[in-house]
Amino acid sequence: MIDANAYIGGYPFRHIPHPEPGILARVLEREGLDGAWVGHLPSAFYRDPAPGNDELFTALAPHPQLRAAPCIRPDWPDWERALASAVDRGARAIRAYPPQWGLGADDPGMRSLCGACGDAEVPLVLTARFEDLRQRHWLDQAGDLSAAAVRGIARGNRATRILVCSAGRGTIEEVHWGLTPAEREMVFWDISWIWGPPEDELALLLRTMGSERFVYGTAWPLRLAQTPRANLALLPDDLSGVTLTDPSRW
Amino acid sequence: MAPSAPLAGPGPLIDVHAHFFFDGCGRAEWDSLNRARFRAGERIGISLHIASILGSWGRFSPTYFASPADTARGNDAMQAIAEQHPDRVRWYAAVNPNDTDFALAEIDRRVAAGAIGVKLAAARRADDSLLDPIAERAAAGGLPILHHIWQHRRRHWPSQDASDGADLARLAARHPKASFILAHIGGGGDYQHTFAAVRDVRNIYLDLSGSGVDRGMLDDAYVAVGAKRLIWGADITLCTGLAKLWALEVIGLTSDELADVKWRNAVRIFTRLQWEPGTGNRERGSRDGVTVPGSPFPVPAK
Repeated sequence: MIDANAYIGGYPFRHIPHPEPGILARVLEREGLDGAWVGHLPSAFYRDPAPGNDELFTALAPHPQLRAAPCIRPDWPDWERALASAVDRGARAIRAYPPQWGLGADDPGMRSLCGACGDAEVPLVLTARFEDLRQRHWLDQAGDLSAAAVRGIARGNRATRILVCSAGRGTIEEVHWGLTPAEREMVFWDISWIWGPPEDELALLLRTMGSERFVYGTAWPLRLAQTPRANLALLPDDLSGVTLTDPSRW
Repeated sequence: MAPSAPLAGPGPLIDVHAHFFFDGCGRAEWDSLNRARFRAGERIGISLHIASILGSWGRFSPTYFASPADTARGNDAMQAIAEQHPDRVRWYAAVNPNDTDFALAEIDRRVAAGAIGVKLAAARRADDSLLDPIAERAAAGGLPILHHIWQHRRRHWPSQDASDGADLARLAARHPKASFILAHIGGGGDYQHTFAAVRDVRNIYLDLSGSGVDRGMLDDAYVAVGAKRLIWGADITLCTGLAKLWALEVIGLTSDELADVKWRNAVRIFTRLQWEPGTGNRERGSRDGVTVPGSPFPVPAK
């Protein structure tokens, strides 16, 4: 199993201890994970993500278990070439941050990027949020990735696996049940931000949507890597040992 | 680790910030929520849930502005749950300080019935003088006050008259003999502001509960106030509570400090806690140390 939702690099709105790839490698070993798809956290806030992608590939090079998930901004000139370059350099997935780029729910660029990722046979990774809405810095006005935005990207999609990270039950259900069965088959969710007992929202989603829709993710270094492990350990007995989708097999 | 071993490891564990629900409250699934808390508590290894019920959870009056009738209704239900589960539940008397006379009478009545602390939510700002008689009563009775906190309140938030760490620090300074538990540093807002606000206020303890699991939060809390003023709790997300226990093990706390956070600090400040070792998760606590007057449970010497 891998961590499909990890980053390296700092966060603009608060200090994060040691967000370096070497530390991440040790954390993965401690958590019993085989590797991670790793984004470059500062790039989400850059206008041009290219320098951040360069930093990401360079930083991860000594760590073969850390697979790069660079970001591609579909409203930036020549993004198609940037995507091709990222894939050539070994990108395991492509990250995109529509709220941080001011791209709305009906943005055609995101649908184009989704299609291009499918053509390149790489998953598209979206991030619902980096921090709890209640603690946002006053300069952080982007808001959460809306369910409408995810639906807008996922509707009609048949070729690209879409992984949405750090979403909660409300967003997940609103998207999942707002898609056709064929569209749902292409959308996956990490479990880093879904509550366990007593609300037992993770258990509910596993029962109603199926465990195959979910992957393991931590949101490290923003959040404690132990959280998804704790959540799985506290599942009710009938879900004990449930198998999540392993995206490293995609 | 064997499957039946507590996920939090051996030894006592006290959750100082738990909630229960009851038939007729604002949550239709009240029974499954209570059962889920007990189930997860057993799995984690929680020896005691120190819990409160905030009125009717919004059914007849707002959760954070409970009417006197609702306050009594919630405390009745909480008392009943504690009486049904004397092996693993203790409780706070929840009160609304706006109804001051009623609140004081309710505290007296519920303490006589077994409550060991006072729960204040967000019906009045913490530094309001209206809270003074309640803090005096709590100090005199050895009742810690668990106070709902919004970490760094920079504006009004809906449905509550929230207080932050600076507000609570002013109340705590006026009542140095009372113990205050600052609720859920992971419960929303800017916890770093809280740490700065209460660092030097020795009678404020930080409750680690809340859904927030930011990396660095526990480290900074430990640096700010030390292990003697950190108290474990889960509030309404036991999964994040367990994750924090595991994180505490890797951020540099000694086993002794970890025991302080997991249960010793709670035993130290809940002076009315009557708790026989060997109950709850059936893990025995250390017999070394001294016994606080009024409590049969041993705590380490200072």
